[in-house]
Amino acid sequence: MKDSSGTLLTLALQFSLLSFLAIGGAITALPEMHRQAVDVYHWMTSTQFTQLVAIAQAAPGPNVLIVTLIGQQVAGIPGALVATVCMCGPACAVAFQTVRAFHQFKQSRWAIALQAGLIPVSVGLVGATALIVARSADQGWRTLLITAATFAITHWTRISPLWALGAATLIGLSGLV
Amino acid sequence: MTEHVLAPPPTIVVPTTADLFLGFFKIAISGFGGVLAWARRIIVQERKWMTADEFNELFALCQFLPGPNIVNFSLIYGSRIRGPAGAAAAVLGLMGPPTALMIVLGSLYSRYGALPQSRGALTGLAAAAAGLLISTAVSMAEPLPRKGIGNVLIAAVAFVAVGVLQWPLLGVLAVLVPLSIARAWRRS
Repeated sequence: MKDSSGTLLTLALQFSLLSFLAIGGAITALPEMHRQAVDVYHWMTSTQFTQLVAIAQAAPGPNVLIVTLIGQQVAGIPGALVATVCMCGPACAVAFQTVRAFHQFKQSRWAIALQAGLIPVSVGLVGATALIVARSADQGWRTLLITAATFAITHWTRISPLWALGAATLIGLSGLV
Repeated sequence: MTEHVLAPPPTIVVPTTADLFLGFFKIAISGFGGVLAWARRIIVQERKWMTADEFNELFALCQFLPGPNIVNFSLIYGSRIRGPAGAAAAVLGLMGPPTALMIVLGSLYSRYGALPQSRGALTGLAAAAAGLLISTAVSMAEPLPRKGIGNVLIAAVAFVAVGVLQWPLLGVLAVLVPLSIARAWRRS
């Protein structure tokens, strides 16, 4: 961190822009966060990024808090706060104003088309996120097995995913992966 | 939803500013792996701040607006009920405590993340988190084919461009979003 105010400014700019891409949930902006943090700015490796995503998923709170972790790794506590505030502030202010205006037009044709048109794009982006995270979590057949088992438990049973996350952590802790 | 069978017709409770803070605080700390399910449970079933329909309507709107959707939700709902103070209380309740926790976890990661045991635990955790994300993606994709093959195609292009080819998101969205909205407009 030779130039910390410059780094904070970069964080502020990147996350303010990213927040506008987070349509359909903060998760849809993950591929772009990955590209920026790993490929463009070289803040961390792909493996580190995936570990941070895992921590953010396992901890309680909105998924958007992954940006808190990224900001902190890049520039400490100021970085964490700047990333969090910038990821929420500007886009939410726009959303807030839009809801006020939108309230009276929500049955109009353009509002319905806008909503219907954004859904498939947002679904594709969540899929892309899952692929990128799964790829960097892949450290051989044992981790692939954990990924597949967690998917199966979450998708086809009513068991809380927390059990799978906890079990996977213990398996890793005991040196089996 | 069997609990509605014997329950009296839902009466809506109007939360105070303190209630807003505490309610969204509870949503945040309960929400392992995302908070949507907990937001619905606490706001609609437990505290009866909104009916299920009101909740769905506001949430759908927040979901396709830019920004983290649950943060949008808390901001808009808090301000509708109690003005600026309500908005601040809801957002702070939702974001404050988990942000502090995340900073603690982040410091632990910086300090101990490279130890062999932590590396092992994080490798396992990351693999499981990937499974959880795949499940979220599949659940979101399941209703798509019913809305036409074009929607599946657009989702597939977004998936390949961003996930497989790792093209910059802004460019992909600049092409796909207008295309998809134009399609939806023609069909509406």
